[in-house]
Amino acid sequence: MKRRDFLKSSSAAVASAAISMPAVFSPAKAQARNETLLIVSESGPNNLDIHGVGTNVPGYEVSWNTYDRLISHEMKTGPSGQPYYDKNKFKMELADDMNVGDMSVTFKLKKNATFQDGTPVTAKDVKWSLDRAVTVGGFPTFQMRAGSLTKAEQFVVVDDNTIRIDFLKKDRLTIPDLAVVVPAIYNSELVKKNVTEKDPWGLEYTKLNTVGSGAFKVTSWTAGSEVVLERNDDWKGGELPKIKRVIWRMVPSAGNRRALLERGDADISYELPNKDFVELKDAGKLNIISTPFSNGIQYLGMNVKNPPFDNPKVRQAVAYAVPYQKIMDAVLFGLGKPMFGDKNNTAEEAVWPQPHGYNADIEKAKALMVEAGYANGFDTTLSFDLGFATVNEPMAVLIQESLGQIGIRTTINKIPGANFRTELNKKVLPLYLNVFSGWLDYPEYFFIWCYHGNNSIFNTMSYQSKDMDALIDGAVTAAATGDQASYEKDVKGFVDLAFADLPRIPLYQPYSNVAMQKNVSGYAYWFHRRLDYRTFSKA
Amino acid sequence: MMTAVRKLTSGKRAVTATAAAAVAKAASAEAKQPSGLAATINHARYVIAENPVTGFAFALFALIVLCALIGPLLVPHDPLASETTAALKPPSWHHWFGTDQIGRDVFSRVIVATRLDFVIAVSSVALVFLMGGLAGVAAGFFGGWTDRIVGRLADTIMAFPLFVLAMGIVAALGNTVQNIVIATAIVNFPLYARIARSEANVRREAGFVQAARLSGNGEFRILLGQILPNIMPIMIVQMSLTMGYAILNAAGLSFIGLGVRPPTAEWGIMVAEGAAFMVSGEWWIAFFPGLALMVAVFCFNLLGDGLRDIFDPQRRT
Amino acid sequence: MLSVILKRLLLAVPTLIGVVVVTFLLTRALPGDPAAYFAGPAATKQAIEQVRAQLGLDKPLPVQFVRYVNDLAHGDLGNSLTTGQPVLAELRSRLPASAELTLLGLILSMSIAIPLGILAATKPGSIVDHVCRIVTTAGVSLPVFFTGLILVYVFYYLLGWAPAPLGRLDVFFSAPRTVTGFYLIDSLLAGKFDLFRAALAQLVLPALTLAIFSLAPIARMTRASMLSVLASDFVRTARASGLTRYTVVITYAFRNAMLPVITTLGMVFSFLLGANVLVEKVFAWPGIGSYAVEALIASDFAPVQGFVLTMAVMYVILNLIIDLLYGVVDPRVRIDA
Repeated sequence: MKRRDFLKSSSAAVASAAISMPAVFSPAKAQARNETLLIVSESGPNNLDIHGVGTNVPGYEVSWNTYDRLISHEMKTGPSGQPYYDKNKFKMELADDMNVGDMSVTFKLKKNATFQDGTPVTAKDVKWSLDRAVTVGGFPTFQMRAGSLTKAEQFVVVDDNTIRIDFLKKDRLTIPDLAVVVPAIYNSELVKKNVTEKDPWGLEYTKLNTVGSGAFKVTSWTAGSEVVLERNDDWKGGELPKIKRVIWRMVPSAGNRRALLERGDADISYELPNKDFVELKDAGKLNIISTPFSNGIQYLGMNVKNPPFDNPKVRQAVAYAVPYQKIMDAVLFGLGKPMFGDKNNTAEEAVWPQPHGYNADIEKAKALMVEAGYANGFDTTLSFDLGFATVNEPMAVLIQESLGQIGIRTTINKIPGANFRTELNKKVLPLYLNVFSGWLDYPEYFFIWCYHGNNSIFNTMSYQSKDMDALIDGAVTAAATGDQASYEKDVKGFVDLAFADLPRIPLYQPYSNVAMQKNVSGYAYWFHRRLDYRTFSKA
Repeated sequence: MMTAVRKLTSGKRAVTATAAAAVAKAASAEAKQPSGLAATINHARYVIAENPVTGFAFALFALIVLCALIGPLLVPHDPLASETTAALKPPSWHHWFGTDQIGRDVFSRVIVATRLDFVIAVSSVALVFLMGGLAGVAAGFFGGWTDRIVGRLADTIMAFPLFVLAMGIVAALGNTVQNIVIATAIVNFPLYARIARSEANVRREAGFVQAARLSGNGEFRILLGQILPNIMPIMIVQMSLTMGYAILNAAGLSFIGLGVRPPTAEWGIMVAEGAAFMVSGEWWIAFFPGLALMVAVFCFNLLGDGLRDIFDPQRRT
Repeated sequence: MLSVILKRLLLAVPTLIGVVVVTFLLTRALPGDPAAYFAGPAATKQAIEQVRAQLGLDKPLPVQFVRYVNDLAHGDLGNSLTTGQPVLAELRSRLPASAELTLLGLILSMSIAIPLGILAATKPGSIVDHVCRIVTTAGVSLPVFFTGLILVYVFYYLLGWAPAPLGRLDVFFSAPRTVTGFYLIDSLLAGKFDLFRAALAQLVLPALTLAIFSLAPIARMTRASMLSVLASDFVRTARASGLTRYTVVITYAFRNAMLPVITTLGMVFSFLLGANVLVEKVFAWPGIGSYAVEALIASDFAPVQGFVLTMAVMYVILNLIIDLLYGVVDPRVRIDA
């Protein structure tokens, strides 16, 4: 047997399953490039369905563009002039009409709306989809619960074209929660054909196939390297997109992504290091849009259950030692909204996020360490998610250096992305860097997750305070009943308390950065921070 | 030549220079013994004079050892001190190799990193010599079951993609310097075991071994007292060559994100940190540590060749 | 012949068993919790335990191992967590990418290293010999990821000669119909020459990176083998009979020096195939190496196990082929197991 034969036979074996990329288009049809959007990003979806088990964030982007929801948001003008979703104004997507009653909301569906295989969208599909979201478990069910949507009985088919959603209790987050990515509407008949006993919701089928009524459909997906989407010309959810085809390529190296943009090979990229965004902006060849994360904060968390961080003085000492400005300059290159250096630690407005009053002051920090009884300092570890090392690593090194000056000797602990969540959830990491951002942009939403004593999984500091819980619960009740005055009082109250007790130190509000070619327009900022292909156009 | 050929096929995948060494070695009929220290030194002097490249490698090695020993005393800046106002500055009189993202002096970091990389290389090589070298010698000398077990072990390790095995070990045990050393030693195990085995095998019935046996020495004693010292020169050549590989391995692990922890200065992690800045024009952050890495590995490889010239001129390839 | 092959394959069985066991234990020792990963970022403790039971990860290790081996026996390598795809299908589609890159790198390396080795062997101790030694040693001393980065920086970013380091094809081309899985061959079979050029252009830099790294073993082996052959009696006889230098070196010496070189090539190929994980990372190459690395970082068991097993099987097969090839090239070599 010759080696040639060996190669031939082994390749023949693989030929059957080998990937074949779609016919994009030959250079001869170059004008088609105007209708094709080439996106490059670090990672791609692992599942095309947000209801799937362990679907990653890129998977949300697929879901957003290939499925419709009953309602979505109107646009307003954002902080840097770009379109920005309006959290208070809803737009009909699959619904034609929304009628909010006292303890229920009724939707009439668009009569002519069809799924991508041509079958009409009915109230039965809507009920099946919402039932699926609240019962399938994992993230979708969790997200639905945030809007007090927990039981299949809440979704009632009135007639073929009408669905009513009953409220379990008054909650101002219920309607916004119907406009997030999770309550997508699926072609229930098609999925039901592909269910198995072990998989009653057809998750295995929707993992690989998009079965919505959305503006785009996935025509090819090679996990880890490429997703190709094509426009659904019969889309009824809104104005027909100008882009006919989206090619989304995964390019793991940030340097390569930048080079692709600069040379005009790629149309859009996000997930670039901040420095690249700043330089690309200065070079002026590309459009760069930076938007602060809505309801999102990068913070330094501390485990308040165990010594030494159970001592508020130690936490304050850390807050006075963090080199905030150095982080803003050398790590973020200015692309972040400072959450420090306010004139005091009192909230003037009932908004979140807002800056606290701590600033780098090593002498004060040292004094606090002495007061806390740690004049000689202590040893601890500083952990972060390796997946976000570009920002986290230099930041951790700078914090480590400054903490060293007040006697806190830290070992840096890089945790691979897949394990970071697991480690955080054990709630034993003494000191760690992380970001939290909420899809629903309300202060109480952030605080329920991060500070409430019911010990949500995002309260990774194990923070417990009866006062805090009372203020958060008060704000939630006030919001549901529309009592603006006590709502504002409670919000200011819990912000003040968060700054005084300081279980986590807010550092800055990260920016969501997108770089695109000058001929690309129509970028809009969404709460999920992923791209919405429907509004893009290419000159 | 035929014996050489059979040896080679059992050598399998030793792709580094050592494979060549093994063949040429086997091609030469009988292993030659160095005859006394003085002769060796004389010969070394001759080789260095004859071969300027080897002389150069020795000089380079001395420089690396010097940096490893007193590097931290030599450097102009604190390798860990950040200076964010002077971040990402190109090479200048003040910062010879420029500064990195948070304004640390790249020159100081490159020099200081020498010690860590050197320690990783030396200790992993020492460890693999203890594991692989001794196992191999025993396998070659005793034969039988010892040989079969060591051979199977080496075969199994060899069947792994070595870098991925090293990654797996570090990922499973945690990324500390100690575990990097262990992982590097394990992936080099088959190489050492095989070389030591074949060298010991050749000598098991040699005259000096027979003589030792006749004078009443036990087998273990002969193994440690006669065989081991006898194959040391070959093992030293091997160790020099693997030192380079050890550094590359550690750097590769750091590049992937499984190396030493920040802010420790280490060449591989510095290249990885600088890689992102290469495209935006700040080439110096990755370039200088990469260069240092290359120079060190280059030096160890040349040194290995040079040592071979000294210990056994007939085996040079 | 057949019985020899069978015997050799049987001998490889303990090695493969060792690989399966070690890989299984190693991946279970990885930090991280697939159950927590599957259960999603917002899952409660009960939800995680439920998923753990579903995945069978609550069972003791020996039970899990039996299950794994049973799946293996049915050709099921499991599913990847991060990409959500069956490991077997992904390895199949990615293997040609790695093999094509490695083969081209090897050919490139051979075309430089073998002449260099011959040249060095004809004039041992000369300047040429020293230069050959320094060049090849420098090549093997460069960390591959560093070489790759520099090449990308110079040839793509500064000079613009090379296409974007973005995998196997420029985005505006579509892949040829799959016959062999090698784009170079498939594009020619389909008669698409522009496609061939595009695929080749993508291959040049990563292949060059691999070639630089693999110069040393090939050149050294060629040199060593040539030296010993040139010193042999039949070459001396040929020289004495007044044959030209060229005929002596190429026809007589080189042909006889080929054997060890072939062995080295086999070793280098299998070594590079496993070792090009870093090159694949730098060039965003959709091969099996980058696949394994990403899976390992993410504590994704199944792809790591699948990759290691594939490599081990290939290693065994490759060694067998080399030994058999030996017999073909030189009938005097008897193959015994």
